[in-house]
Amino acid sequence: MGTFLKRHHWITPLALLAPGGLWLLVFYVYPAFQMFLASLWSGSLETGYTLSLDNWVNYPNSLAKYAPFFLRSIVYAAAATTTTFLIAYPLAYTIAFKGGRYKNLLLFLVVAPFFTSFLLRTFSWQVILGDDGPVLGLLKTIHLLPETFRVLATPMAVIAGITYNFLPFMTLPVYVALEKVDFRLVEAARDLYAGPWRPGGAIVGGIVGGVLLGVLGIVFNGSAILFALAGAAVGALIFHFLVSESFIRVTFPLSVSGVFAGGLLTFIPAIGDYINAELLGNPGTNMIGNVIQNKFLTQNDYPIASTLSFILMAGVLVVVTIYARVLGTEELSAAAARA
Amino acid sequence: MTAIPAGVPAARPTRQVIARFFDRWSLVVYTLLAVIYLLLPIAVIIAFSFNDPAGKSNTVWQGFTIKYWLDPFGPPGLADAVVLSLIIAFLSTAIATALGTLIALALERYRFRGKGLMNSLIFIPMATPEIIMGASLLTMFVSIGAPPFFPLNFLTILIAHVMFNISYVVVTVRARLAGFPRQLEEAAGDLYANEWETFWRVTFPLILPGIVAAALLAFSLSIDDFVITNFTSGNTQTFPMYIYAASRIGIPVQVNVIGTSIFLVAVGAVALTTLAGRRKPR
Repeated sequence: MGTFLKRHHWITPLALLAPGGLWLLVFYVYPAFQMFLASLWSGSLETGYTLSLDNWVNYPNSLAKYAPFFLRSIVYAAAATTTTFLIAYPLAYTIAFKGGRYKNLLLFLVVAPFFTSFLLRTFSWQVILGDDGPVLGLLKTIHLLPETFRVLATPMAVIAGITYNFLPFMTLPVYVALEKVDFRLVEAARDLYAGPWRPGGAIVGGIVGGVLLGVLGIVFNGSAILFALAGAAVGALIFHFLVSESFIRVTFPLSVSGVFAGGLLTFIPAIGDYINAELLGNPGTNMIGNVIQNKFLTQNDYPIASTLSFILMAGVLVVVTIYARVLGTEELSAAAARA
Repeated sequence: MTAIPAGVPAARPTRQVIARFFDRWSLVVYTLLAVIYLLLPIAVIIAFSFNDPAGKSNTVWQGFTIKYWLDPFGPPGLADAVVLSLIIAFLSTAIATALGTLIALALERYRFRGKGLMNSLIFIPMATPEIIMGASLLTMFVSIGAPPFFPLNFLTILIAHVMFNISYVVVTVRARLAGFPRQLEEAAGDLYANEWETFWRVTFPLILPGIVAAALLAFSLSIDDFVITNFTSGNTQTFPMYIYAASRIGIPVQVNVIGTSIFLVAVGAVALTTLAGRRKPR
């Protein structure tokens, strides 16, 4: 037995891989192929399907009307990825470098939302952001906000929901990358007279703060310029005092791989998400996921639904393949294992 | 910090004071705010399990009561949904953990042709939006169109959950195997243990913490999965599916009670494994 296995050294790994590998081939790869076939169907669930190229040949007519949903998914997912980055980076930085004996506790708190139901968490935001809920109700009572102001059922609520739900996906990879940064490099930079980041900090902070609050200002329907100016001032102040030259030249570049990993782990689920749009948005905020879900499960329109899913999958695969080629998959796996 | 050199003015410039203040407190305050933000929805879920709503919708605070904690399975169908979710989570965790651990061993221990392809096969499902996995499984089950795959049922949910869990198990166990002291296995071999004995008496106990971590992750992913289950469950109702269906008429308070209980059990499990890991450092 032992010598037999040694002579045929490929048998053992094959036997180890076969059960799980087959499961993935049969229930991941083959269904994807089947979905491509279904995109070639025409007919309906009742009458049965025949193969045809209708969906693809008539692409401009039959699918063009879904382009806005794809576009909206991309915009929302990109916006949410940006906000998760802005929230997660300082958090991951604090845990990695200032966490001390609270490090594990803080990491646990970051993933704590995963221990409650995704749906219940999102419903919680309905309660928190409700028109007369604890936040808006209070602000309206003291007349800081107009009576008609609302967050729920707006694009802002959808993006905020996605941001919250996928925040750990950004925080963990950034943390893993920052934890590996050799602090002696930072000290070396300081010895070499790396000081406060002047004037870069104020400029970058001003731009980031200005753009962020400017966008918020547009959403508020208030004076965007006023908001942008306030944001620029606050951003400039924060960056000026907080961001040092050693951070910009040493720490941040060393953590960029984690930022990219977190970006991918946030963007990919965000672009396919439909729960946040359904529970926190309105019909005008429907993303491509809402359309696919509705076509598959309510209208039973498999051909169109499969075509849309296939386009989404192809787009995601292109992004993921480029990512894996350029940056490798180590960082992502490390982050997943960390969770 | 100790001695102030002569000639340095006692009062530092305001600018430096502000910088110091920012340096010391800004990240602390920020982290506190971030933690509050992360925990706020959980606090709402827990608080509203003690709410006493007037009508069907449990979205406005009315008053404190523990009556729903005393009757956690009151609403019809809720108990069945929770039990089904638990069964699927246990079974899918067991199957995915076994299959995933074997793959992790093969990928970490052996060289073979097609390893890159296998790595991709593990990696790509983790980087696929859930809706696509659900949708493609649905099209496959529908095109088969016959039992046991159609109509959709318990089995189709289980198949889906094992599928999306395998990759997470593989990367978690691999992380543990990567730091494995191979000399121990060689020592066992020198002491005339055959491969089978070496695996069970040396390798397995050492990678067990990794396997347990993988199983916990798989369990929590399975019990909370909504999107893929939504596509592969048909009329079968898991706990998340129950919540979704109930949301149209108003989620019963008991859902918050069970959500809170699951949260507490999960926190307890993590605390236990952390403590166990601390007592027996590798």
